[in-house]
Amino acid sequence: MNTFLGMPARAPRGVGHLRGDQPFPVAAREALANAQLRRNLQHATTTIREKSGRVIAELPDWQELRAAGSALKAYTMANLPALLEQLEERVTAAGGVVHWAADANEANRIVTDLVRQTGERRVIKVKSMATQEIGLNEALEAAGITPVETDLAELIVQLGNDKPSHILVPAIHRNRSEIREIFLKAMPGVDPALTDDPPELAGAARRYLRETFLSTRVAVSGANFAIAETGTLAVVESEGNGRMCLTLPETLITVMGIEKLVPAWSDLEVFLQLLPRASTGERMNPYTSMWHGVTPGDGPQSFHLVLLDNGRSAVLADEMGRQALHCIRCSACLNVCPVYERTGGHAYGSVYPGPIGAVLSPQLTGVADNPTLPYASSLCGACFDACPVKIDIPSILVHLRNQVPHPRTEAAVMAAAAYTMDRPKLYASAQRAAKLARIAGRRGRGLPPPLNGWSASRDLPMPPKETFRDWWRGR
Amino acid sequence: MRIALFATCLADTMFPAAAKATVLLLERLGHEVVFPTEQTCCGQMHINTGYQKDALPLVRRHVRTFEPYDVIVAPSGSCVGSVRHQHAMVAGDDTRLAARATAVAARTYELSELLIDVLAVEDVGAYFPHRVTYHPTCHSLRVLRVGDKPLRLLRNVRGLDLVELPAAEQCCGFGGTFSVKNADTSTAMLADKMRHVLDTGADVCTAGDASCLMHIGGGLSRLRTGVRTVHLAEILAATEA
Repeated sequence: MNTFLGMPARAPRGVGHLRGDQPFPVAAREALANAQLRRNLQHATTTIREKSGRVIAELPDWQELRAAGSALKAYTMANLPALLEQLEERVTAAGGVVHWAADANEANRIVTDLVRQTGERRVIKVKSMATQEIGLNEALEAAGITPVETDLAELIVQLGNDKPSHILVPAIHRNRSEIREIFLKAMPGVDPALTDDPPELAGAARRYLRETFLSTRVAVSGANFAIAETGTLAVVESEGNGRMCLTLPETLITVMGIEKLVPAWSDLEVFLQLLPRASTGERMNPYTSMWHGVTPGDGPQSFHLVLLDNGRSAVLADEMGRQALHCIRCSACLNVCPVYERTGGHAYGSVYPGPIGAVLSPQLTGVADNPTLPYASSLCGACFDACPVKIDIPSILVHLRNQVPHPRTEAAVMAAAAYTMDRPKLYASAQRAAKLARIAGRRGRGLPPPLNGWSASRDLPMPPKETFRDWWRGR
Repeated sequence: MRIALFATCLADTMFPAAAKATVLLLERLGHEVVFPTEQTCCGQMHINTGYQKDALPLVRRHVRTFEPYDVIVAPSGSCVGSVRHQHAMVAGDDTRLAARATAVAARTYELSELLIDVLAVEDVGAYFPHRVTYHPTCHSLRVLRVGDKPLRLLRNVRGLDLVELPAAEQCCGFGGTFSVKNADTSTAMLADKMRHVLDTGADVCTAGDASCLMHIGGGLSRLRTGVRTVHLAEILAATEA
C-alpha cells in the first residue's frame, strides 16, 4: 500500500543529465568565446528559422492547429493517470509488457535487466531524449553492455565522447573536419583514407551502422507519441536509422516520459502537422514508424514499454509550470532564441537546452538544483510565438524565478528598492541622490559588483539635471 | 481628452525627456495631460527577477493611483506589458485587487497604441530631419502586439529618413536584470544589434522603450559610434519651429 507523503519526488541527483557542472552565466561565458560554435549556431538557426517560417506560412490554419495541439496536451495532463492506465491495458493486450519507472535509477535498472535477460552484450539505439535524460548509456556500459547510437548526429556525439547541444541537431557544434577526426579515432573498421567530404563521412557512418543493425538483436528507443486509445507507439525521424532499429531486432525496449501520451489516434493528425513544420521546416517528416505490441513473424517478437516519471509528477502538480510537459521536442524555441543562438546547448548543462530546457530542467530537478536556468533568458518572448503547442515559456520562467532561493544581498537590495518605491517622498529623495552621481559619475565606468557586468560593455546614461517630476512641479 | 501619464520610474529618473515629450506631444494634439504624483514604479523589475512578494505593494499602489482615470498612457511597451500581463497575476489570491488591476490595465496604453487606436492620429505634425532606424522592442512587439504602429507614426514625420533595421525583431539583449546577471550573453546580443544599427547608416536609433534604448545607447556610446538613441516620443514631439 502506498502512503502519500506530500509532493512527488524530483529527478534524483547523481544520475542522468539534467544538472550542469557550472552556473549558466559561467558556462555561457566560455561558449561565447568559441568562434566556431558561434558561426555554426548562427548559420544553423538562421537557416532553419527561414525554412520553418516558409512552410508554416503555407498553412492557413497554423494558429488553429497550435490551439488544438495546446488543448489536446492540456486535456492529456488533466487526465494523465486514467490515460496511462488505458495505455498500459492496450499495450499489454497487444502483447507488450509495461514497466513503471519512478525515476532514472529505476528506469536504468529495468532496461539493464531486460537486456541482460536476452544474453546480448550490445544494443542499438534510436535517438531518444528520455534515455539521455536518465543516463542510460552510462548505466548500460557499467553493466558491460555496449549501446550504439544510430542517429548520425548522436553517433558523432557518442564517438566523440561528447554531449548533445541541440534537441534535434545534437552535433550542431561540430564541423566536418572535427567529425572526420572523431570517426578516424573511434569508429570501428573506418577507412584510414577518409576525407572530410560530407558524402564520404555519411558513407562511413552508413557502412558501420548497417553492419551493426544486421548483427544486433536488441534495440532501445524513445517515443514521440503514445496513443492511449490504441496502445500504439510512434517515432518520427529523418534518416530511416530509427526504422531499422524498430524493425530488425528481436527485442525492442521503449523508454518514454509519461507526458508523451495523446488520448486518441485521430489526435496525431494535429501533431504530425505541427511537429515537422516547427522542427525541421519540412511539410512531413521522412519516416514515421508506428507499432502496436508484437506481431508474430513481423518485427520484434518481444516489446517492453518503460514509462518514466523522473520528476514529471512533480511538474504536473504545478498548475502553471505543467505546461512545460506539453513539449513535443521540436526545438523551434531553441532556433528562435537569441540566447541559445549565442551560447549553444552545452551552457544549459542539461540534455534539454534552450528556452524549453530553462523551464523543464529546473522543474524536473527542483529549482534549487538549477537556480540559474530560469534567468537564462531576456524574456523576449520569441519562444512563445514559435512554440507549436503554445507553451508560455516566458511566464513559466517568471513563475520559476519567483521560486528560486535568492542571494541574500540581492534580496535585501530588492526589498529596499520596493520599500522606497512604495513611498513617493522617499522615492523622490532617492532620485535626487541619483543626481549626485552626475558629479561623481564618469558615465558608469567600473561599477562595483554585481553591476560591473553592465559597465564592462555599456556606458550608463548621465543622470539628468532635473527629474520628470521636478519638471512637472515647476511648470 | 483627459489623459493620465504613467511616466515609468526609469523615464522619470533617468530619461525625463521621453516623459516630457509625451506631455508636450499630447498637449499639442489638444489633450489634457495629468501626472498623478503618487505613482512610482509598476514593479516589473521585481516581478521579472523573482520578487513578486516585494512587487505586490507596488502593484497595489499603481492600481490605486491610476484607478480614477479613464485613459492612461506610458512611453514604454515593457511597463504597459507588465501592467497588462503581470499585475493581476501578482495580485494572486487577492481577487478584488486582481479585478481592479485588470480594469486599470484595460485603460492603459503604450504611446503608439494611444495615438493610433484611441486618438486615431497617424500624422502628429512632427518634424525631425535625421536618418533614423527603428528597433521594435520585444515587449511592444510580442506582448502588446503594437505591430507597425510606431512605423506608421514615423513615416508621417517630415524630414525623417526612415531606414529599415536588419534582423529588427531580435532582442537587443537588455532584459532588465538579465543584462547584469548574464552580462556576457547580453553583450553578445547587443554586439549584433549594434552591428545592424551601424549597417543602416542611421544617425539615430529610436524605440518605444527607454530601457532598451539605455542598453543600445550605452553600447553605442561606449564604442564612440556617434549614433544617438532617441525615444519615439521625442521624435514625435519635435517640431519645425
